[in-house]
Amino acid sequence: MNKILLELNKLEASIEKKQIINGLDLKIGENEIHVIMGPNGSGKSTLSKILAGHPAYTINSGSVLFENKDLLCLAPEERSHEGLFLAFQYPIEIAGVTNYDFLRIAYNEKRKYLGQPELDPLQFMEITQIMLNKLKMRNEFLHRNLNEGFSGGEKKRNEILQMLLLEPKLVILDEIDSGLDIDAIRIICEGINNNMIKNSSLIIITHYPRILQYLKPTHVHIMMAGKIVKTGNIELVEQLEAYGYENIE
Amino acid sequence: MTEQKNKTNFEINQVINQPYKYGFKTNIEKEIFPIGLNENIIKLIVNKKKEPKFLLNFRLKAYKKWLQTKFPTWANLQINSLDFDKISYYSIPKKKKKLNSLEEVDPEILRTFEKLGISLDEQKKLSNVAVDAVFDSVSIGTTYKEKLAKSGVIFCSISEAIQDYPKLIEKFLGTVVSTGDNFFASLNSAVFTDGSFCYIPQNVICPLELSTYFRINDKDSGQFERTLIVAEKNSSVNYLEGCTAPQYSENQLHAAIVELVAFENANIKYSTVQNWYSGDNKGIGGIYNFVTKRGLCIGKNANISWTQVETGSSITWKYPSCVLVGELSSGEFYSIALTNNYQQADTGTKMIHLGEKTTSKIISKGISCGNSKNSYRGLVKIAANAKSSRNFSQCDSFLLGSSSLACTYPYIDIWNSNSIVEHEATISKISEEQLFYLTQRGITIDQAVGLLINGFCKDVVTMLPMEFATEADKLLSLKLEGSIG
Repeated sequence: MNKILLELNKLEASIEKKQIINGLDLKIGENEIHVIMGPNGSGKSTLSKILAGHPAYTINSGSVLFENKDLLCLAPEERSHEGLFLAFQYPIEIAGVTNYDFLRIAYNEKRKYLGQPELDPLQFMEITQIMLNKLKMRNEFLHRNLNEGFSGGEKKRNEILQMLLLEPKLVILDEIDSGLDIDAIRIICEGINNNMIKNSSLIIITHYPRILQYLKPTHVHIMMAGKIVKTGNIELVEQLEAYGYENIE
Repeated sequence: MTEQKNKTNFEINQVINQPYKYGFKTNIEKEIFPIGLNENIIKLIVNKKKEPKFLLNFRLKAYKKWLQTKFPTWANLQINSLDFDKISYYSIPKKKKKLNSLEEVDPEILRTFEKLGISLDEQKKLSNVAVDAVFDSVSIGTTYKEKLAKSGVIFCSISEAIQDYPKLIEKFLGTVVSTGDNFFASLNSAVFTDGSFCYIPQNVICPLELSTYFRINDKDSGQFERTLIVAEKNSSVNYLEGCTAPQYSENQLHAAIVELVAFENANIKYSTVQNWYSGDNKGIGGIYNFVTKRGLCIGKNANISWTQVETGSSITWKYPSCVLVGELSSGEFYSIALTNNYQQADTGTKMIHLGEKTTSKIISKGISCGNSKNSYRGLVKIAANAKSSRNFSQCDSFLLGSSSLACTYPYIDIWNSNSIVEHEATISKISEEQLFYLTQRGITIDQAVGLLINGFCKDVVTMLPMEFATEADKLLSLKLEGSIG
C-alpha cells in the first residue's frame, strides 16, 4: 500500500437537514488514480464539495484526514493551499475580473502560504505561457473575464490550467468529461497525465468510461446512497457497462 | 474579568472594522465666528474677506431665498434634524497677514496634509498634478501656480479669484446653480467661504491635472466650499477632488456647490473620491454631505464628464448633473457609491437635454453593506427642442449581507418623439458559489469579496485618472473588510 494521502472515516454529512453522505469510508494513497462512479443523486458531487469545504454542508460525524491533518477544521482556502484541488463540474463565471488577475492572485496566495516570494506580473506571465501551450489554449484566454462567455470546453480547459498552476497533491475531477468532444478530453487528460507533481493523486468522478482510456485508474469505487458500496479495479467498470448499477451487489 | 472580556471584544471589533484612517484632528489656533446665521454674519464674512459689493448682494439674495425654502424631505434618507443656528459659518486658521508662499503656512497644517498623503511642497511632488488644499473654510495653498499661469490657466482659491478676477467671478458665479436652486445651494451661496476657481482660456489644453483636496477639521463649523470651473472654446481640463474629515461623534455639515461651464468643443472631466468620515459602526457621527454639482454644456459639441467614487459620509445627497444646451454636446456620469454600517446615500444624476442631437450616458454602481441604505436617483429629461437626442443609463446595485437596502429611482421625461432613451438596471448579491469557487483556489473571503466588488465596479474605475483609480481600489477593499463573515 502506498503512503496514505486522504482518509475518510465513517463520514456523515447533510445539507438543510437532509443527510446525503451516509457513513462513507475511503482511503487514497499517493500516486493513485481513483474513479468514483454511481447513479445520479448518489452523492458524488456532494462528496467533492465537502472535501473542498463548501459552507452549505454540515458534517454530522466521522473524520477526514489529509496527510494526517484534520481537513474538516481548515477553511476552503487553507485546504487549497495544503494541496487539494477541485475541478468544478460547472465552473463559476465572474464578471469584471480577468482570468489573468484571478490566476495571479490565486498563484501568489499559494506562494505566500508556502513562504515563497510572490511573482511579479512578468514572471507570472512566463509561467502561464508555458501552461497555456501545454493545453493548446490561446493567449486571449487570459484577458477575458473569468469563465464569462466561455464555451463548455473552454471552461473545463481553464480548470485544468488552474490545476497546473497550483500544483496540487490531490485533484478531484468532478465530471471533467461532461460535454466535451473526444479531442478536448484527450488534450485535457494529456495535460493532467504529463503535469501532475510527484506522488500526487486523482479522484475522478464520472459517468463515462471513455476518460479512463487516458487516465488509467488504480481503484474503481461504486457509490450509492451516500456511501461506497463496492471497490475494485478497471474490470468493475466493464461489469458496470454490461449490467448497470442495479445489478451491483 | 468582565472588563478584560470587554476589552478583548473591543479589540476584535477594531480589527474587523478597520478604523477610519483620516480621523485625526489638528490643533491649530483658529479664528471662528459666533454660531448661527443672520445678515450680520454674512456681512461679517464679506468684510473679513474684503469682498466686492456684488458678492454681498449675491449672498444676501441667497440668504433670503434660503429663509423661504424648506429642508428637502423627498430623498430616501433619514436625517436627524440639523440645527442651523448651532453651526459656525466661518473658521479659519489664525494667521496675521496674507500668505505669500507655502512656506508661511502653519507647519501644523502642512503636516496635516502630509499625513493625508497630499504633499503641498512642489519640490517633493513628482506626479503631474497641481493641488489646491482647503482646510476648513480657507484655501491653504495652491501648487504649480506659475507653471499653469504660463499657459494662461488660472487655478487658485475662489477667495483669491474674487480679489484678482472679480469680473470673471461676477460673470459666471451662480450661472449654473442659481442662488435659489435648492435649500443647500441657497445656504452655500449665502455663506461659502472658499473653494477653488479654475479658468481655461480658449484653445488651451490644461497641461496638468488639477486637484482640490478638502479637509474639514473644526468640530462645530460647517464647510461650504464653492468650486467654479470655466472651460472656454476648444479647451480641456481634468479635475480631481478628494475629501476627508476628523472623527467626531457629532454630525458635521458639508454643503458644497460645484459649477462647471463648458463652451464650444470644450471638455471638462471632473473626478471625485469622497471619503468623508462616515460615522462609527453604530451610526454615530459622520459628515452630512449635501452637495449640488452641475455642469453646463453651453457650446456646440461641449462635453462634461462626472466620475465619482462615494465611500464616505454618514449621509450623501448628491446629484452631479449636466445641462446640455449646445447642439451635439454630451454629458456623462460614472458613479460608484459604497455604503456600510449605517451610512445612507441618495445619489445619482440629472441629464437635461435642451439642444439638438445631445447625448448622455449614465453608469451607476451602488454597493450596500451592513445596515446601510443606498439609492440611485436619476432624471433624464429630453426637452421638445432636443431633437434626435440619446441617453443610455445603466444602474447596477450590489447587496452584501441581508440588512442592507438598495433602491433605484429613475425618472424619465421625454418631450419629443425622435429621441432614444435606454435604461438598464440589475440588482445582485454575492453568491455562495462564487465565493466557494474563489476560496477553493486559495483566495481568502475578504479578497474574494474585494475581487467581486472590483469586478462589479470595473466599468467606472477605468474611467478614473490613474492616481485616483489606485486610491479608489484601495478604498473599496478597505471599506469592505469584514463585511462578510
